[in-house]
Amino acid sequence: MATNLRKTDVVIIGLGATGGVAALPLAQAGLDVVGLEAGTWLAPADLSPDELRNNFRGWPQSVQKANREVPTHRSSATAPYSPRPAIHPMMNAVGGTTLHYWAQSWRLNPWDFEVVSETRRRYGAARLPKGTTVEDWPFGLEELEPYYDKVEVEIGVSGQAGNIGGKIDPRGNIFEGARARAYPMPPLRGTGFTEMMAGAARSLGWHPFPGPAAITSGRYDGRSGCVYHGFCNRGGCHVSAKGSTAVTTIPKAQRTKRLTVVTEAHVTSIDADSQGRVSGVTYRKGTEEFFQPAAAVLLASYTYENTRLLLLSKSSAFPKGLSNNHGQVGRHYFSHNQIATVNALFPRNLNTWYGLPAQGMAVDDWADDNFDHGGLDFIGGGNLWVYSDRRPIAAANMSTFGRAPRWGAQWKAFIRENADRGNTAYLQRTTLPYEDNYLDLDPTVKDPLGFPVCRITADYKDNERRLADFIQDKMVQWYRAAGAVVTEKTPVGTMGPTTHAYGGTRMGDNPDTNVVNRWGFSHEVPNLGILGASVMGTSGARNPTLTAQALAWRTAEHLSQNWKSIAG
Amino acid sequence: MSDGGQPGDLSRRALLGRVSAAGAFVALTEVLPPGTSVADAQTRRSPARGPLEALTPAEAVTLEAIAARLIPTGPDGPGAAEAGAAIYIDRALAGALANFRDAYRAGLASVDAYARGAKRAPFAQLSAADQDTVLADMERNTATGFEGGSASFFALVLAHTVQGTFCDPFYGGNRNFAGWDLIAYPGVRLAVTADQQNLDAKPAATHMSAYDYSMFSGRKPAHGH
Repeated sequence: MATNLRKTDVVIIGLGATGGVAALPLAQAGLDVVGLEAGTWLAPADLSPDELRNNFRGWPQSVQKANREVPTHRSSATAPYSPRPAIHPMMNAVGGTTLHYWAQSWRLNPWDFEVVSETRRRYGAARLPKGTTVEDWPFGLEELEPYYDKVEVEIGVSGQAGNIGGKIDPRGNIFEGARARAYPMPPLRGTGFTEMMAGAARSLGWHPFPGPAAITSGRYDGRSGCVYHGFCNRGGCHVSAKGSTAVTTIPKAQRTKRLTVVTEAHVTSIDADSQGRVSGVTYRKGTEEFFQPAAAVLLASYTYENTRLLLLSKSSAFPKGLSNNHGQVGRHYFSHNQIATVNALFPRNLNTWYGLPAQGMAVDDWADDNFDHGGLDFIGGGNLWVYSDRRPIAAANMSTFGRAPRWGAQWKAFIRENADRGNTAYLQRTTLPYEDNYLDLDPTVKDPLGFPVCRITADYKDNERRLADFIQDKMVQWYRAAGAVVTEKTPVGTMGPTTHAYGGTRMGDNPDTNVVNRWGFSHEVPNLGILGASVMGTSGARNPTLTAQALAWRTAEHLSQNWKSIAG
Repeated sequence: MSDGGQPGDLSRRALLGRVSAAGAFVALTEVLPPGTSVADAQTRRSPARGPLEALTPAEAVTLEAIAARLIPTGPDGPGAAEAGAAIYIDRALAGALANFRDAYRAGLASVDAYARGAKRAPFAQLSAADQDTVLADMERNTATGFEGGSASFFALVLAHTVQGTFCDPFYGGNRNFAGWDLIAYPGVRLAVTADQQNLDAKPAATHMSAYDYSMFSGRKPAHGH
């Protein structure tokens, strides 16, 4: 039998990127918050510069809950299962994946909020791809702008503004939507390589700029500036320059004395009463089971687990899973069209042994609808990104561009000469939801507790494939302009488990096609809010975290400001 | 591992001490001329073998010979043998990569069986050219007698040999920073200056393990694994 705990105001399931942000405005508003986190606290000394451990052995995820429930994947309802990764792309810990993410912290651009109406207006409705279920967001960028701003200040985002109140600054992204003010810190510094790439982009008439990062470019809010040591990518930050919620919003919320952090809490269900309201959350800690009653619940795990927990939480009021009486939980799933990239080989050393993925140069000229699609056969676009980041095992595993075998004396001679001459771009592209891309519960694969894992049924469609090819060609052009002697395009891949997973609990005004309303609260369960990229209906051409965090702050603020009507 | 320092502390002295054992192990097959039996070599150099944690001595001999062809020693510098890649794999098979122990047991036996069939001697006793032929057959998946195909075992050994040559030396490979020096990786630093990120900068090699730094020496992963 579960031990009944004392009722609290709000339970947050998951203290990662979004739950860790939402805790702060709730606690500051004087609400008592219990944060249930499956992982533990990690200290800076746990985040060592160890490529083998961080990048090849899945640490610090290795003994984590997420690894025991990696989603299964098939590219369609009739396709065989894809090989199942041994390691979940996300991690459990206080701070979640913000501990080891790249920390690129982009705002979406205005077009991303109105893909349907803008495509109709500019090119005609026929240009919306067949089978897509994309909708306009229930609001535009201007509604989210104040929340982007709050999060940028709280977690410490560095960057160069390109548009403050409509005034364009060519040092930043001239295509971005209007910001109320500059970033709280200047951008991370450039490197010899990123400046070389910026020059090449300008020679093509493009508009390169340093991207925004939740990483300090100098001392900020008591935290050190970035030290550029080179193990940021799936490693953590030993000087807390990375703005993980574990070193920003969560400790700040704890200082209000309103946030209780419960670690190693494995949530198994969100419980609903017969009136269709949630009453609390059941979780296991070790071998014990607890029931934490609450006036409101915020579900903030991750896209896959958000859908899974809802589908597992069945009750008389919700026989198909919590908040699923309209059959929308798991629908409108998509993962970011970011696999297809370009490798390049230069005739000189690039000295990119140090740095971090967020220390880079962006081009947005081919993102979103920043260019005319009139003569093209796709909608949307991509963000081109090059950065300074290399570690020795990855360097040895570089592409040989068909110039050497994969082993032996010739291979050794190749990497000896070229280990510091390769570069691989990061190309994020618009991805749309489709009718037949979805999440559900796997009928046979279960976690160690006997609960089905999440199953992904999804693949990229023609729009994503054509767009990938177009963006790769732009990247080839950029590398060539910078002096690359050979380039190669990599395949588009498929939609297996990923760090950029969207949908499943989409936000929108229509309850027939969306799980949560414009405030992030369930259309069916008035005191259940859902946080994360699972509520996003479009991807944009950039990392989702800052948008998910801005939405989380907004949902939390809405809850505190409408406490009586929501929490009863 | 204990060197009389703080419990759990990986001091530089301890690191070097362990590397010496690894070096002795590597030396065994390095000096084996083609045609010399392993037993002969063991008789001559038996005190030199370092402690194996997962592999049998015969398996270690075959694995070391494979690694020495994947990343060969040559005029352009040391290879997987000097880096101790096989030591890395042995330790890992007793820890983080224990799931692959059976694959190595079966795969290394298959390598020797295929070598005997195709070239009339166990792999370690073949000439370098014949060894390369066997490995190329494995890579092309045309070597027979491998459960699950020779290509998958080849890919597994290649991936682990690369890890063992270029990983942090804490894990028993990359001995004397042979792998990092081969590709001119300037090494683990806890902070990097703007000048060190210039195109023409050549930061000096630090020759430090992550766990040589005091901040991390108390939080190292389980011994060698």
